[in-house]
Amino acid sequence: MIRDNSYAAVISRKNEIMKKAIGIDYSIFESGGIGFDYERMMREAGYTLEEIQKIQADVSVGNTPIIELRNLTALARKMAPKGKGARIFIKDEACNPSGSFKARRAANAVYHAKKNGYKGVIAATSGNYGAAVASQAAMQGLKCIIVQECYDSKMIGQPEILEKQRACEALGAEVIQLTVGPELFYTFLMLLEETGYFNASLYTPFGIAGVETLGYELAMQFREREGRDPDVVMVTHAGGGNVTGTARGLIKAGADNVKVVGASVDLSGLHMASDQAFNRKSFTTGHTGFGLPFATWPDRADVPRNAARPLRYLDRYVLVKQGEVFYITEALSVLEGLERGPAGNTSLTAAFSLAQEMDEDQIIVVQETEYTGAGKHPMPQLSFAKQNGIDIKFGNPNDEIPGENIILPEHPSMIKIRDFDLNKAKNSYIRNSITNNKVTEISKEDVDFLANETKTEEQFVINALNELGINII
Amino acid sequence: MSTAKKGDWVQIHQIVLKPEERAPQVPEDTKQVPLELWVKGLALTGAKLGEEIEIETTTGRKVKGELIAVNPRYTHSFGEFVPELLKIDRQVKEILFGGEK
Repeated sequence: MIRDNSYAAVISRKNEIMKKAIGIDYSIFESGGIGFDYERMMREAGYTLEEIQKIQADVSVGNTPIIELRNLTALARKMAPKGKGARIFIKDEACNPSGSFKARRAANAVYHAKKNGYKGVIAATSGNYGAAVASQAAMQGLKCIIVQECYDSKMIGQPEILEKQRACEALGAEVIQLTVGPELFYTFLMLLEETGYFNASLYTPFGIAGVETLGYELAMQFREREGRDPDVVMVTHAGGGNVTGTARGLIKAGADNVKVVGASVDLSGLHMASDQAFNRKSFTTGHTGFGLPFATWPDRADVPRNAARPLRYLDRYVLVKQGEVFYITEALSVLEGLERGPAGNTSLTAAFSLAQEMDEDQIIVVQETEYTGAGKHPMPQLSFAKQNGIDIKFGNPNDEIPGENIILPEHPSMIKIRDFDLNKAKNSYIRNSITNNKVTEISKEDVDFLANETKTEEQFVINALNELGINII
Repeated sequence: MSTAKKGDWVQIHQIVLKPEERAPQVPEDTKQVPLELWVKGLALTGAKLGEEIEIETTTGRKVKGELIAVNPRYTHSFGEFVPELLKIDRQVKEILFGGEK
């Protein structure tokens, strides 16, 4: 029988393809309303913390060092009021086999695929997750395909993504490269159907549970080293898995008083699926183009129910500018002797600013770093931006317009986090839940679900529903 | 190299969706261009650049497409030198250590 491989036909087979490719029956966690049993899904479809620690230890993932950034802290204190300037630490996740924290997600996904008899894994990613899956597939003896959104219509590729292609191929994977557009998902589905491989999605319960070890380890390391939990854990936020997994790990460690702060690069105004805008941004992840859509509607992911649900865990969400992240990446190199990739330094940039609001004896931890090299380094990224007509200059970062210029701060005192109002994101999430589920009234259980989803009280949800004209039955 | 022999490592190109077949939600500029794909593998026959060829990919899939490169090289690098970064280097050191010379 010849399958109909038109766009519409393949997309209409999505659920059936995904069921085979992930092996989770998500319907058993559904409540019948708009909600579902998130904790039950994480418990029954995922792995326990102990199991994950064993899986990751067997493939040399995790247990990355904590490094205190004394010179960067000293620099922040020069800008801060007297007595302010928290101690800044990083968790050096670049020490993982594939050079980023994504190895934690990949280790679990590939283990699960192998255990369930899949011959190979496929992941749709232009980021560090590709090399992570390729690395784990190599270690665990599975075949691997990585599908990347890589080029614009002139076959000009982002240097950062081209490097990730090289890394995936170096680690033995097949890489499919595509031009810009959401139809990447169509190619992805056809490959799953053709190969019968496992969908190593970033957003399965086991993928997210893979990051829980990061938060847990971090708390244990601080108790051993400093005798207490940190005050703030700063997390670069894109698809939501980093925030969700880290926060869940902290909770499992009993580190209940730690504030979890998300940080993204502000790319507002650039359309993520635009051919012309594609090469006018200098960050391919950790930015608002993922951060906001995934926070306000997690179930847009490539699985029926996304295990990454950042609004459940974020205490604060802040934005920084591209030029500020490049500045801090350079400062990290020359003040701390650590060359690390720019995207992972989004949270470090935010920490540099937030530390100045905190007392000197407080602790702020940036929970990841990533490897750097040709393509994913400030030099190629800024020179690529120049080639694409982006104006690079020193000035006030507040004047940065994504896609037009990159403003390197004239002075490090100008590096400032900008708060994104989380209540706005929470209201958007509630509105999306109503609109996307096409309901006109919801149950009391769904109100509780929405309160949990948005880390708010029942009254917050009721107010939002009232504004939308939705009755509670 | 303008031709590939059987067994050469090559890169091929496909049009996955023509402009008129693109998804309804894509922005206008993207709708004007096709969705294109590139993949590498071993040539199963000889061919000239621009001709259709079948390859076997790393995972053993057989894929057809237009031959665009033989032994394709990686083209990314550290780019042009960006002198602005030197200014940052000097500035942070000056602020931190400048007064202690």
